[in-house]
Amino acid sequence: MTRMFAIVEREMRKFFRSPALMMVSMALPLVQLVILGNAFGGKIRNARVGVVDYDHGYQALKIHEAFDSIAANIRTFTTVPYQNEKQAREDVRTGKIDGAVIIPRQYSRRVLAGDSPDIGLVVDNTDQVMSSALEAEMQSLVDALNAPIIQPLVVKEITLKIVELYPYVEYMKYLLAGSIALAMYVAVMIGGGMLYIDDKARGVHEGYLVTPITRLELVLGLNLAGAIKAILSGICLTVIGTLLSGLGVIFHPWALLQLSLLIVAVSVAFNGMMFLMMVRVEDPLVPRAIFGVLNTLLFFPSGAISPISGFPSWLKAIATVDPFTYAVHGLKEILLKDGGFAAIWPDITFLFLFGATCLLIATPLFKRTL
Amino acid sequence: MSIESITKPAAIAVENIIKRYGDFEAVKGITFSVAEGEIFGLLGPNGAGKSTLIRMMTTLIPVTAGKAIIAGHDVSRDSDAVRRVIGVIPQALTSDIDLTVEENLSIYAKLYEVPKAQRKRNIDDLLEAVDLTKWRNAQTKTLSGGMRRRLEIARGLVHNPTIFFLDEPTTGLDPVSRVAVWEMLSNLKAQRNLTILITTHYMDEADRLCDRIAIVDHGKLVALDTPMALKASVPGNNVVEVQFTRESTDWPARLERLTGVTAVESQSGGMYRVLTSNGSVTTTQLVEMAVSHHETLKSLSVQNTTLDDVFVHFTGRALRDEQVKAAAFTMPPRPGMQP
Repeated sequence: MTRMFAIVEREMRKFFRSPALMMVSMALPLVQLVILGNAFGGKIRNARVGVVDYDHGYQALKIHEAFDSIAANIRTFTTVPYQNEKQAREDVRTGKIDGAVIIPRQYSRRVLAGDSPDIGLVVDNTDQVMSSALEAEMQSLVDALNAPIIQPLVVKEITLKIVELYPYVEYMKYLLAGSIALAMYVAVMIGGGMLYIDDKARGVHEGYLVTPITRLELVLGLNLAGAIKAILSGICLTVIGTLLSGLGVIFHPWALLQLSLLIVAVSVAFNGMMFLMMVRVEDPLVPRAIFGVLNTLLFFPSGAISPISGFPSWLKAIATVDPFTYAVHGLKEILLKDGGFAAIWPDITFLFLFGATCLLIATPLFKRTL
Repeated sequence: MSIESITKPAAIAVENIIKRYGDFEAVKGITFSVAEGEIFGLLGPNGAGKSTLIRMMTTLIPVTAGKAIIAGHDVSRDSDAVRRVIGVIPQALTSDIDLTVEENLSIYAKLYEVPKAQRKRNIDDLLEAVDLTKWRNAQTKTLSGGMRRRLEIARGLVHNPTIFFLDEPTTGLDPVSRVAVWEMLSNLKAQRNLTILITTHYMDEADRLCDRIAIVDHGKLVALDTPMALKASVPGNNVVEVQFTRESTDWPARLERLTGVTAVESQSGGMYRVLTSNGSVTTTQLVEMAVSHHETLKSLSVQNTTLDDVFVHFTGRALRDEQVKAAAFTMPPRPGMQP
């Protein structure tokens, strides 16, 4: 044990003497959290919608009033009056405005006559997010206009009542689980992958190999040190990330306990996986070269960015064996849902088993000689 | 080597040891033994197989065939016991630059499971011995190359080994640091009764430090004896190096006729190396001969036989030529890798 802990001591002393490593390992996930968290998933605000009113009647006025209400309250869009449809279409095409509503001639009369009048909506469907938001808003408005002023005593229409279990989750909060897992992955990649190969190339391992340290002590020492680095990185990003995204989970002892256990499991899994990949690598360029590929291969199929259920089957297969998937799922359960141990124990079990299996395979592959 | 050391049991016994990498045979059946308390040198150019040999003896690479017994333990069968009794200084500087001098020693003491009480005592003694006491809390990155090498020597001794292997310990050091390392090794050997095996391609280092020298070339042992005996085995006691202003094909024959001359070697640029049993007489006759033939000498030097001459004698090539050839084919180190 003394020899194993000597390896851990050496690794940790080096780690704390190089704070840049800790910062670098957290820089990418933090930048991703802040930039992607704010860039994606937000509601559309203050879009510009042109209104071409060929009717000017009472029913058209009701539409204008609804638009004013949207601009004042939900602020999805504000309106810009246009005199003709051709100019409005051209301005949507060139991006001067985000959409255009056409109220046709005789609109009010046809409404009163029950003659199924149309309201035109011109959108730029190359921007799916914007066009979907405008379509949804206009559909709500049309539904409201269609609703009878006096509700009948017997309602014949079937309606959907949506019950949301949790308060609105901003995208930054949704992304936090992936960012914590990513920070731990980067810490393992740098602290356990790149530095491990660099040490080999510098001859540091040659120094170890002439001592009586056993193969198992060396493997466990290197992995324990790597896991500690990943845990520290995970804890730092959890604290910073929850504060940035406005989650108060770290102030709840029970959730904190669950988080700690999950972070340990994630670090064991990631570190075991990295050690298995690097155990026979000699060239310091290899971990640097595969860093980006591994990042993409492991992070994006994990459900950190978008739900796994939307993936094609081959990508789902990757997600099934990807430890990132279980890390992200477990972290989301704790950070967003307060699911308790019942929700995370399968993730924790998988992660520990995955890490242990990787180490079991890697240990005999680890060469006790040069 | 003292009489006493000859009578002691062998600390290192290598018997017909072979190392193959695929079809390439790096070490081709070398046999030698090193007595307790002896400083034994493996001398040869880069690529001769010295490092491969030392790596087999220190359990770093497996032996293909043959046997190496270190302090009574077979490196192939009882490698763990071998590791406990040896200290090893690899060719590259491998101390941790982010750790302090003391931390470097402490970590290695723990790797050898030196008891806590003894650990501090050993570190204090070694820092004193390698003259790094006042640098004990300095980060290793702040040390010069010579100081780092001294730290590594201390690191290799932190568990009180009885046999010490050093792979080219002064490569890359300036002349002052090299001399300091030599003195330190001599003192440590005397204080701790160490058996030292050192590989080097520096003739002066081998001559100054070693009780016996094995010359290794192309994976084979070509000579093994004390430096004095090796030098004595070369015909002639002195080497006269002479360069004439005018080159002539007659010079070798004329030089061979001088008193005491045993061999004449032509070198580039009109230079001749004359091996002679009587340097002063040969030199006097050589000058008289030049005057009588109205020739001017460009340069003239007389020296005793060196290990360089020994190497040329046994291998047919100058060691320095081999170094130049090897250097020309050495790949440049990658960024982040030690040369």
